[in-house]
Amino acid sequence: MPANGSSDKTSRLERRTVVRALLADRGALLVVAGLGAPAWDATDAGDHPLTFPLWGGMGGATAIGLGLALAQPDRRVLVLTGDGELLMGMGSLATAGVQRPRNLAVVVLDNEHYGETGMQPSHTAFGVDLAAAAKACGFPSSAMITTMDQIAALRENIHRAEGPLFAQIKIAAGKLPLVLPPRDGAHLKNRFREALLGPEAHAQR
Amino acid sequence: MATHWSQELHRLLRRQNIRQVSFVPDAGHTALIRLCEADDQLRAVRLTTEEEGVALAVGAWLGGDKSVLLMQSSGVGNCINMLSMLTVCQIPLTMLVTMRGDWAEFNPWQVPMGHAAQPVLEEMGVLVNRADREEDIVPLAEGALRIAYNTLRPTAVLIGQRLLGAKTFDN
Repeated sequence: MPANGSSDKTSRLERRTVVRALLADRGALLVVAGLGAPAWDATDAGDHPLTFPLWGGMGGATAIGLGLALAQPDRRVLVLTGDGELLMGMGSLATAGVQRPRNLAVVVLDNEHYGETGMQPSHTAFGVDLAAAAKACGFPSSAMITTMDQIAALRENIHRAEGPLFAQIKIAAGKLPLVLPPRDGAHLKNRFREALLGPEAHAQR
Repeated sequence: MATHWSQELHRLLRRQNIRQVSFVPDAGHTALIRLCEADDQLRAVRLTTEEEGVALAVGAWLGGDKSVLLMQSSGVGNCINMLSMLTVCQIPLTMLVTMRGDWAEFNPWQVPMGHAAQPVLEEMGVLVNRADREEDIVPLAEGALRIAYNTLRPTAVLIGQRLLGAKTFDN
């Protein structure tokens, strides 16, 4: 089966334009950015203490977002990740679907390729429909997104809609200049906890 | 009848303020899972694979929650790469691992991972203790929780098959 994708590739959305729009005026939003390009995109939109960019743990982004959403039910949590990363942890859609956290959004930037390893096509290039999988796993709201108008509505939903919500955004494939976040994991964790929890971050309980 | 160690473990989780308990079921954890699911002070999270529980613990800790992961020894192999995050980010987690492929094992397919569980955890930077007597489970779990959450690292307690009773397929 050829890797022919599911829509006209010449009109695909540009990933950093999408991420900047999704993270505009982010307010109190908590963000987990999956390893590879989504972490660089989130950094391009503005490095932030309440973004936890992943340098490893492939397949874990959705479960990290779930643990965070359960711990912080009054805050909105956005998992921003790639198609390859989500494909490695598809079971976590079922796990999150069963927990049904109202404050969790999982957004996949789907370029249909493994961008960090040489642009090999991923399963989504052959028609695997992640939005349908999320729906089948119990996400009440799940959409395939191809236009910037839909991005504006998605940004609203990430902040306000009752979750868990899922979106698969078809974006253009292609290498962009690296915009790297700090890479010391303990630093990334500490700054996130300090920004979220204040002095409690270092209290023993 | 004496209090079952699962009840004492559940009380320990309450005392230690554990808020998320994730699990892939194992026979040895049946009673503890039931107690956690009935407890509205903590969240019981069923997983499709054990590595999700490691990632869940990262998110829980970012959000201020302490968590514990329950699994069978075969699940240790599923966690290996995800455990990297705990050591790199200095994130605490205690894993309670019921052993298979251990004393008097019946199923040859369980033996390789059971045999490798402890060295694999240790190679990934997890501090491991092993309980082979019932009276050791709760004190070792308490010590593992304290080390994990006071010194920000992953710990595990392996619960031996001799203590649990070897599974058989006898009718």
